Amino acid sequence: MIPFDYRRAIDVDSAVAAATANPRAAYLGGGTNVVDHMKLGITGPGMLVDITGLPLDEIKELPDGRLRIGATVRNSDLAADPLIRRRYPVLSQALLAGASGQLRNLATTGGNLLQRTRCVYFQNVTTPCNKREPGSGCSALEGYTRYHAILGASADCVAVHPSDMAVAMAALDAVVVVTGVHGERSIPLRDFHRLPGREPERDTVLDHGELIIAVELPALPARARSSYRKVRDRASYAFALVSVAAVLELEIPENRGTVGAHPAQPPGPALIKDIRLALGGVAHKPWRASRAEEFLRGKEAVEENFRRAAEEELDSAATLRDNAFKVPMSRNTIVAVLRDLTAAQAGKEQQR
Amino acid sequence: MEANVTLHVDGEERSAVVETRTTLLDLLRDKLGVSSPKKGCDHGQCGACTVLLNGRRATTCLAFAVAHEGASITTADGLADVGDLHPVQQAFLDQDGFQCGYCTPGQICSAVGMLDEAAAGQPSHVTPNGGVSDPTGIKLTDAEIRERMSGNLCRCGAYVNIVAAIRQAAGAQAAGAQAAGTAADDTQAAGTPTAGTDYSGDRS
Repeated sequence: MIPFDYRRAIDVDSAVAAATANPRAAYLGGGTNVVDHMKLGITGPGMLVDITGLPLDEIKELPDGRLRIGATVRNSDLAADPLIRRRYPVLSQALLAGASGQLRNLATTGGNLLQRTRCVYFQNVTTPCNKREPGSGCSALEGYTRYHAILGASADCVAVHPSDMAVAMAALDAVVVVTGVHGERSIPLRDFHRLPGREPERDTVLDHGELIIAVELPALPARARSSYRKVRDRASYAFALVSVAAVLELEIPENRGTVGAHPAQPPGPALIKDIRLALGGVAHKPWRASRAEEFLRGKEAVEENFRRAAEEELDSAATLRDNAFKVPMSRNTIVAVLRDLTAAQAGKEQQR
Repeated sequence: MEANVTLHVDGEERSAVVETRTTLLDLLRDKLGVSSPKKGCDHGQCGACTVLLNGRRATTCLAFAVAHEGASITTADGLADVGDLHPVQQAFLDQDGFQCGYCTPGQICSAVGMLDEAAAGQPSHVTPNGGVSDPTGIKLTDAEIRERMSGNLCRCGAYVNIVAAIRQAAGAQAAGAQAAGTAADDTQAAGTPTAGTDYSGDRS
């Protein structure tokens, strides 16, 4: 491993100043990805600025109902937080579907967003990779592609983003708060990660030296329900082949049965008031399924519509040698998640 | 670049000068002679290097020593002494929870940390409804144990007995917690860890 200088940040401003001034500087959070990359020779920062001592480890409810998650909150603490579990189950579920207990105890919120692809060619420094070494070529295109992208890929890169947490945050319309030498800015999570295009070496829109300080979650409507489902090669401790995060808000029709006279008529199908859907394991970034959402808004919450919406979204899928299975797998997972969420919400409304 | 790092390892203060690129695992094994945590994959995938870092289970191969100045570390070796084993260690013996033994220190530290997490009500991927609607706490079914221990690989394949060992330890812990509930002044006698137990000074 290439030697490096280590600096423990004492406040945000000096951390940002130190990292910005050194083009070879990187931030150190839990280290579960960057330390591995330094061992493998994928990256070799000349300086690490350790931000784990900064006061960014709180989960705070803001006066307007939003929730602010500090950048150094550990994945295990975020997953177990009572507010997250109650209000944003999709996020808790996504976090618990990722990595292992001992890794989640180390990994941070900001670091999770910045983790890099697990594409085997990216991680193997003996093979060409445009993401690791721009212009060297993409080994995956003609290689083993079971784990690669079906949406939004380019001729230069077919890698997928590995995070579960970020997929849930994409569905929650989370906002990433970053700070740099030119001040603070807020980036919607769906715009935070990039598609590869001609610059696959750039995973996100962050400038050098910019530091994630928090992720903010907007309040959800009281009746919205959310969940995360991950499909993988093992039951645990594996990256997603496909994952689906969904936030669904239904309008349950009024029961028209006359009270006391006859048994109540079963209500008709619920209508989809709002839907937010994101896919993991299929693209270079958490993939917000906007076309499926558009198709579903205002429609009846029935399986046929879920299927048609998924097909609409996957219409633009481009498959490689080993990953065509991800198209039906994505469709079926979307349908299953929406069917379960609908059943759960309808069941709850009938009990009111 | 070098730095002096001081750790509290199994109740003893230990210092060494290390290069910044030295991992916590290499500091423990190569500089301090603490060989209980094992180097398996050295990439955070196998869990053999798991210790309790400030009371929480953590892999030590993906942590730089310099970033953990002042940390309290408990290895499987520091959990107890011969003749007075930790309930999880005893359970691994009782249930034959190992074959070659290389992954065992990591398995044991992970199990101790995991039992504390469950006792504190932290849900897992398989906890029904994220544990939100069940006020009785986490029930450590075999499915829960398997999910929560998935970060510790055993290439001998001793998983069946590892699950049995942790089931035994979890049962002892639950019984201990119950005893503690009925005799609050006698928690030490129960001899079981509770959430947030600090193991750093266990070794006398």
